[in-house]
Amino acid sequence: MMAMQPYPPEQRSRTLALINARLLDPASRLDRPGGLLIRDGMIIDLGPHIAEGVLADAEIVDCGGHLLAPGLIDMMVFTGEPGHEHRETLATASRAAAAGGVTTIVCMPNTDPVIDDVALVDFILRRARDTALVNVHPMAAMTKGLLGEEMSEIGLLRDAGAIAFANGKASVANARVMRNVLAYAKDFGALIVHHLEDPTLSSDGVMNEGEVATRLGLRGIPSAAETIILERDIRLVELSGGRYHAGQISCRASLDIIRTAKLMGLPVTCGVSINHLTLNENDIGPYRTFFKMKPPLRSEDDRRAMVEGVSSGDIDVIVSAHDPRGAEGKRRPFAEAADGAVGLETMLGAALRLYHNGEVELTRLLQALTTNPARLLGLGSGRLAKGAPADLVLIDLDRPWVVEPEALRSKSKNTPFDAARLQGRALLTIVAGRLVYNYADSPGL
Amino acid sequence: MSIAADANIAFPHRHLLGIEGLSRDQITALLDLSDEAAKLSRQIAKKRDDLRGRTLINLFFEASTRTQSSFELAGKRLGADVMNMSVGTSSVQKGETLIDTAVTLNAMRPDILVVRHHAAGAVELLSQKVDCSVINAGDGSHEHPTQALLDAVTIRRHKGQIEGLIVAICGDILHSRVARSNILLLNTLGARVRVVAPSTLLASGIERLGVEVYTSMWDGLEDADIVMMLRLQRERMTSSLVPSTREYFHFFGLDYDKLARAKPDALVMHPGPMNRGVEIDSNVADDPQSVIREQVEMGVAVRMAVLQALARHLPNQ
Repeated sequence: MMAMQPYPPEQRSRTLALINARLLDPASRLDRPGGLLIRDGMIIDLGPHIAEGVLADAEIVDCGGHLLAPGLIDMMVFTGEPGHEHRETLATASRAAAAGGVTTIVCMPNTDPVIDDVALVDFILRRARDTALVNVHPMAAMTKGLLGEEMSEIGLLRDAGAIAFANGKASVANARVMRNVLAYAKDFGALIVHHLEDPTLSSDGVMNEGEVATRLGLRGIPSAAETIILERDIRLVELSGGRYHAGQISCRASLDIIRTAKLMGLPVTCGVSINHLTLNENDIGPYRTFFKMKPPLRSEDDRRAMVEGVSSGDIDVIVSAHDPRGAEGKRRPFAEAADGAVGLETMLGAALRLYHNGEVELTRLLQALTTNPARLLGLGSGRLAKGAPADLVLIDLDRPWVVEPEALRSKSKNTPFDAARLQGRALLTIVAGRLVYNYADSPGL
Repeated sequence: MSIAADANIAFPHRHLLGIEGLSRDQITALLDLSDEAAKLSRQIAKKRDDLRGRTLINLFFEASTRTQSSFELAGKRLGADVMNMSVGTSSVQKGETLIDTAVTLNAMRPDILVVRHHAAGAVELLSQKVDCSVINAGDGSHEHPTQALLDAVTIRRHKGQIEGLIVAICGDILHSRVARSNILLLNTLGARVRVVAPSTLLASGIERLGVEVYTSMWDGLEDADIVMMLRLQRERMTSSLVPSTREYFHFFGLDYDKLARAKPDALVMHPGPMNRGVEIDSNVADDPQSVIREQVEMGVAVRMAVLQALARHLPNQ
């Protein structure tokens, strides 16, 4: 079950001192050398005064000057549990997360069965408690069966532990239903996370509409399929209130819409996947199905817009959109292949590309990966502060590594970063004070 | 035969998956070979033995009459054993059939697979899983290279050359693999290519493929040397792409009125099967300007040429 558990429960009261680190707290923009003390799963102190010898009985970990930051919080993870455990379980997803420096995952409700019932929220929480190495929070379906027709029991589901509400990989097409969901969720302070895709416009499209799709003879999905739903939703938020989060935007036009909504003071936020920050439609090349995803990879100009959005803070959150798919889904002609790419283990390294390229400042990047999702989800983590959960990642910003699909911990190997050279990776991942990943145990991976 | 030998040297590919990637010289070599094959096909003794002992499998995941029979005849005229496999689309949807079928067929050691599939890229995917030569007989809306080659042979026989000709490709550009392959080939050989269609049937970014875009037949056919019509599938009517067959015919069907805008000696072409009265007036289709039946004849010749060109690269040597 849990192979790596160097701190069994009886020892957990012992203090752990992480010394000789570069402390980076994206929440307070603190960036200075120092150390950090952990007891009972919490950060109890931090600063330059935490050094060797500060506590006689503390266990000391020398961070070697590397970057100590809050563990990553991934707001969009698709697992196969329940229903498609051959693709991914909560246990395997959590191992992948730990290896990628991710300490909290939010799993999406489009499983089989759909997470639209209190008992199923409870199931996820119990399975996570029993099998997962990292924090797992379920998102529940905002409409029953994700059909977009009837509102789910948002209040009861929230009380059972649903951290937010989503509609899987489909937009709620009916504007009245969407309005009611937003209005009703508002009463519970629940966050609505929406997929943006007008199904009547995307129709039989399988990739970004444009020259590349035309050359490949593939049906395109125009950006307008995304912006139409986003515009509509923002009008509905204006009408009904409610906290609204666009799960993934993918094009420049959507960024402009988000900016306008924020200027209007609406409670609107948005996310972008690591794929849409680092890849574009040209990567599909000769029908490479590992690059087929929803929303589709867009143009290079759109990708640059996504990077600008993260850099300016208009895009709040970076997600992996981790979506494990087996050969049965991917070894097919492009139009018939499954959407989605795994990303938990590569998100940090891929995101650091933006830092190394000078495209996004490091603190801003980490805000989108830690502080911002924590704030949206109402979590106490995502910051380095006394009293915060000791969910941490030690990052070697410069360590080069090559992505080898077979070495990934995810059950499915559908990574678009196959053989990619990344720079920077997690060395240690700590969840509630427990070491859940140590690069030194598996060097080279 | 010396021409065949030259063509082998000039055609270094193991598969024919599309026009994309073929050079001007490689295309020209195939067209020259096709002319030879056309002569052969008009003789009483039509048989050669380039492919004697070889096995050619026609693997069609999508129904076809003329392409499949044309490949069958071409294979037989070159002495190959030809097997036809028609795989219903329903069995394709039952799971991993494409790759499984490829692996299964590969184990039977064929020399050439001729494949048609409804999904773009499917033939290329299949070619990665087999040891034999693969010919794309149409993959989704992507490519149909032998159609473009047979169109080019037909044009060249009448006009002497392709370079400098104005070719108007008219109709359902969005869904047409014939249009894509023709655009690529005709551009490579230096023609001026126009596409003519209502905006709903034009593919996004098509102008980036090096064509002039027209939404009026009267404008698009002005001074054209070649008028190439495309088939309009009936289901386009029900998906709000065109309002009715009668409206489509009125604005985009090739009749004498619109054809009068083209050069007096313009050729009328159609890859078949035709919808008379939808995209083409019946009398125009049967007019002396129409080379539609010759296209079918060149279809066999081109497929013989392709098989000869690939013969040098076959497995099981």
